[in-house]
Amino acid sequence: MNSNLNANKDLHIVRREDLPQLFNILIKDGHQIVGPTLRDGAIVLDVLEGVAELPLGWTDEQDKARYRLVKRKDEALFGYSCGPQTWKKFLFPPDHILFKADKTRHGWRIDAGENAPPKFAFLGMRACDIHALTELDKVFIAGEYQDSAYLERRENIFIISINCSVVGNNCFCTSMGSGPGAASGYDLALTEIIDGDLHYYLIEVGSEKGEEVLGEIKHRTASQEEIRKGNELLTAAAQAISLKVDTEKLPKILKKSVEHPRWKEIASRCLTCGNCTMVCPTCFCSTVQDYTDLRGSQASRLRKWDSCFNIEYSYIHGGSVRYSSEARYRQWMMHKFASWIDQFGSFGCVGCGRCITWCPAGIDVTEELRFFCQNPLLDTTAKSA
Amino acid sequence: MKARHSEPMIPQPFRVAKVQKETFDTFTLQLKSSKGNGVSHFSPGQFNMLYVFGVGEVPISISGDPSNGTLIHTTRVVGNVTKAMGKLKVGDVIGVRGPFGTPWPVENAKGKDVVIVTGGIGLAPLRPALYYFLKHRDEYGKIVLLYGARSKEDILYRRELEQWRARFDLEVHVTVDRGTGNWRGNVGVVTMLIPKAPFDAHNAVSLVCGPEIMMRFTVLELLKRGIPESKIFLSLERNMKCGIGHCGHCQFGPHFTCKDGPVFPYDQIKDLLEKREI
Repeated sequence: MNSNLNANKDLHIVRREDLPQLFNILIKDGHQIVGPTLRDGAIVLDVLEGVAELPLGWTDEQDKARYRLVKRKDEALFGYSCGPQTWKKFLFPPDHILFKADKTRHGWRIDAGENAPPKFAFLGMRACDIHALTELDKVFIAGEYQDSAYLERRENIFIISINCSVVGNNCFCTSMGSGPGAASGYDLALTEIIDGDLHYYLIEVGSEKGEEVLGEIKHRTASQEEIRKGNELLTAAAQAISLKVDTEKLPKILKKSVEHPRWKEIASRCLTCGNCTMVCPTCFCSTVQDYTDLRGSQASRLRKWDSCFNIEYSYIHGGSVRYSSEARYRQWMMHKFASWIDQFGSFGCVGCGRCITWCPAGIDVTEELRFFCQNPLLDTTAKSA
Repeated sequence: MKARHSEPMIPQPFRVAKVQKETFDTFTLQLKSSKGNGVSHFSPGQFNMLYVFGVGEVPISISGDPSNGTLIHTTRVVGNVTKAMGKLKVGDVIGVRGPFGTPWPVENAKGKDVVIVTGGIGLAPLRPALYYFLKHRDEYGKIVLLYGARSKEDILYRRELEQWRARFDLEVHVTVDRGTGNWRGNVGVVTMLIPKAPFDAHNAVSLVCGPEIMMRFTVLELLKRGIPESKIFLSLERNMKCGIGHCGHCQFGPHFTCKDGPVFPYDQIKDLLEKREI
């Protein structure tokens, strides 16, 4: 958890009116800037040309199965919590062509070539989303096999994170140890401060590249008073988070709860729609789809996002392994909070709360986790007798 | 540092060198690399992802001799991809990715009796292990192969089984669920053969592959004979799309069946095997 700005680093101030310089320098440097913008009644992530496209003066209200945009009283650019989209869609695209193949007289010719992806600058990543990125790195590049498409996109990103001063009702990053401030993983970290007529960004530098970029923008060293204000905002944000999960014994409790009656109860509400997996910043499952032309002389293979809530997900000849919805919900929750630790050494959840907001049935994952913690299944050895 | 694989999702073209019909719904393909660079080395128990142009890709265990340069796969027709695969002819091209997964513990079994228990197409992933044992016959104790098929028409590698049964250094027992026609052998499930099989349970390793229900009952019989849990190895089957632990489909509790398996020691997975829909 990080609810304090790094006291050992020099902190800088960039005034709101100088923020366009950040866009200019990044674009001049060949980056495609991706950040939050307003669309379809939500704050989504898209390619940005300038500051004007940021959701100026907007905030969001989130609750179980509820998301609404509301006007703010000020002109904050980052005064909201996380929206329905996650950054994974730029690094691990929802549709990705693995290869195309043409039938020739000598067999086939496989074309795995891909146009070079853009050099991304991610503007406005939250601490939870940066944590999610480190989880995806473990999945796609840390193991024996690397996902070249992910790696190619990941390598050159410039990350400008935003420390959260506004938290959503569904945020629980403090329980997952991922926020509300970013501890590392960024090139520049911004804290937005609006103090009467003053509107500025307190900036932490996280890398050499970040320092270079900051050097091109009009800035000055932050005063003690400004740093105190930043810390105040972060502390207040951390305190405003009311959803809590006690993670200490969670993996153990869940592993003992495989046959808990609660799964069936959750399943009576779960629609197995997979929304939670689509909005999750760490869900990485994918499937493949094959296409051919009618003559069967051309083929292509696409990788698409998949969800463990789909019944086909566990299909082997004869039927699906996880045919009931309770088994599928259990797979999702156990993966995030128990088996992810065996696989990658950490939780697969960063506490962003998106799955709570976007579950049409309003299932609150923290509520369910608390239920398992408070009602553990007693050891039953009776059946082996 | 671990070996890195740059394009693990791109299939390598292989050519079908021979097609052999095994039973009414199984067939064996012999494959040769189109690029003439042979097959990459594999260990008994590993699998490849086989891609049929424009149709799809499926994980299929390798069933040839690990000391031989030809790639051999025995497949049962169960879906679209395997059906299309069954229609391939000599000279056709098929895509291969692999080999993937954990092998049978053939090295660790040295000096011990080996008990192989298989059902149906489960014999295919065990054939490479058997070839290996026979090639290094002196390094093992007794070798027992217990095989169950649905009927005599479903017996896989029948001619080879007959040759193996004729050997003095190999104990082969076959049983069928339905004793049709002129079948004069054992009738019943394969677990029935375990109590009387000749092996020293305290110095034996067991390799098991078949339908999951068959494996669960096989384990019970092997444990009754006294083989320790850590000396029983099972090969599991799960949905696989990538083979490299990226797609998530093959998860079995904390394990990715494609890279942590398909061969697991029983003690590592027994708690999960007992539960439904894991």
